Amino acid sequence: MGRYVARRLLQMIPVFIGTTLLIFLMVYSLPGDPIAALFGDKAADPATVARLRHEYGLDQPLLVQYWNYLTGLLQGDFGQSFTGRPVADLMADAFPVTIRLALFAFGIEVVLGIALGMLTGLKRGKFIDQLVLVLTLVVISIPVFVLGFLAQFFLGFKWGVITPTVQDSMNLGQLAVPAVVLGALSLAYVTRLTRTTVAENLRADYMRTALAKGLPTRRRIGVHLMRNSLIPVITFLGTDLGMLMGGAIVTEGIFNVQGVGNTLYRAIQTSEGPTVVGIVTVLVLVYLVASLVVDLLYAVLDPRIRYA
Amino acid sequence: MTTTEKTAAVSAPRTPEAAGSPLLQVRDLHVEFHTRDGVVKAVNGVNYSVSAGETLAVLGESGSGKSVTAQAIMGILDMPPAKIPQGEILFRGEDMLKMTVEQRRRVRGAKIAMIFQDALSSLNPVLSVGYQLGEMFRVHQGLSKKDAKAKAIELMDKVKIPAAKNRVGDYPHQFSGGMRQRIMIAMALALEPDLIIADEPTTALDVTVQAQVMDLLAELQREYHMGLILITHDLGVVADVADKIAVMYAGRIVENAPVRELYKNPAHPYTRGLLDSIPRLDQKGQELYAIKGLPPNLLHVPSGCAFNPRCPMAQDVCRTDVPALAKVADGRGSACHFWKETLHG
Repeated sequence: MGRYVARRLLQMIPVFIGTTLLIFLMVYSLPGDPIAALFGDKAADPATVARLRHEYGLDQPLLVQYWNYLTGLLQGDFGQSFTGRPVADLMADAFPVTIRLALFAFGIEVVLGIALGMLTGLKRGKFIDQLVLVLTLVVISIPVFVLGFLAQFFLGFKWGVITPTVQDSMNLGQLAVPAVVLGALSLAYVTRLTRTTVAENLRADYMRTALAKGLPTRRRIGVHLMRNSLIPVITFLGTDLGMLMGGAIVTEGIFNVQGVGNTLYRAIQTSEGPTVVGIVTVLVLVYLVASLVVDLLYAVLDPRIRYA
Repeated sequence: MTTTEKTAAVSAPRTPEAAGSPLLQVRDLHVEFHTRDGVVKAVNGVNYSVSAGETLAVLGESGSGKSVTAQAIMGILDMPPAKIPQGEILFRGEDMLKMTVEQRRRVRGAKIAMIFQDALSSLNPVLSVGYQLGEMFRVHQGLSKKDAKAKAIELMDKVKIPAAKNRVGDYPHQFSGGMRQRIMIAMALALEPDLIIADEPTTALDVTVQAQVMDLLAELQREYHMGLILITHDLGVVADVADKIAVMYAGRIVENAPVRELYKNPAHPYTRGLLDSIPRLDQKGQELYAIKGLPPNLLHVPSGCAFNPRCPMAQDVCRTDVPALAKVADGRGSACHFWKETLHG
């Protein structure tokens, strides 16, 4: 187990270097000159431009720039954005918001998704099953921005239940609707996945044994069925947490949530290399750690899985 | 004579208080499955009985209804699609089909236990065997987790699992096939039930292990004086351990008899065919006998005797009339129009 974790952590190093390098190269090959953009419509003074370029290290070869960035990163320095603010500061503002939003969405998805999945799996073919199946299909087929705008239009403008955009990005009450929109797609997937595994395991031989043992229904479902059915669901949930963190760009944009998605979007638009690379780097790390945790959890739930 | 009277001859004395009064009596049991393609009549009027300390072997091919009958006794049929339109299952004189769901649950595992064919898939893969054994005591007797674990170790010792104490926390996949089946037996035995139903308990095992497991089962049955219903298609397994045999075909009992007499002189052409198809050392090199044809599709059971298309003795009457279970001798019956000819042929 210890060796497995060590190996997985070591494997993260090339993945980490590879992804950051790729992002770095892509961001700096984007069209447009960020330094020129700083001057807006005014004509840029060549001397100032050269000075700024030198200051940000933009006059050096790309690989040297990357090396400088990487060495800085290892010392905890994410560099400076072109507005002069340290990228670390930007992220310190944005990440707590996105983590809240993502965890909120994740909570909805886990609780509601598993509950609905269990219910429909146990009542397969009944009315409630059909209803939930159709609803999840609808959610899966609607793009998230449509869902977001619909929620904003009806709940925000028409009925005035919520403010159309989020005023205070740290306020959980205001984050509720964005969280539902963000989690809706995964909620539908979790429901369907749970339903399938529940229905499948319900027919398993060991469930017949549990019945023959005279166990009460609560125990048969709560202990014997749940443990087995949730194994694939947990795998999905683990990778999905990473997706929720990074995939909130659209939702955050619609509801004006000042999180990572919004910050990242603005940074891409203004060719803010250091900010983009910094945020993506952290997201990659989150993703890597999440998948490691899932793999470890997997073995806790299923004793047949051995680390090799 | 009614059907019930005929089987009474097969089973033990009728007065409930008499010695060896049947522990379990199945009377005129019918089970159907309502499927999209129609109604499958899996069990059509089965009668049998088991007394304490007695072993009844139920013999038959796949689809003969032997397992469905057992599942009906256990009360673990999926209803729907299964339905029991007719019949009684008397356990110690009480009809279990009339019990409430909760009463039925208390019987399961505690009074009547079942051993399944494939122990690997029948045990929960993600729970330790100690947990699964201990569960019996925790649910039925309210024992604490710790006491239940001690009981589980005791049980594992009882079924001769080496180093039970060290293995109580292991998972099913960490045991060999024979050991897993021992755990299934231990689980069935946990609450010292009156009756154990073993559904092909050795089919999934190696031949050498088969004998060990059967011996263990027989030994424990003697020790606890339990009734045992042994469901199998293996005539070799039956000969050593059973007291009496019921042969099933297409949802009916076609012959029942004490084990010796059935082997010596079968009274039904189907039983004769089964016995003739056992490979024998003194007939080495000769072609093995096989009953021609296939078991009937239960959606379209042939009219008359269900066995008639495959029967070497079939006459016109076999294609029109369903033969009743005729009394051949005390404790023997055969559902064949020509049982006399079969017996002496």
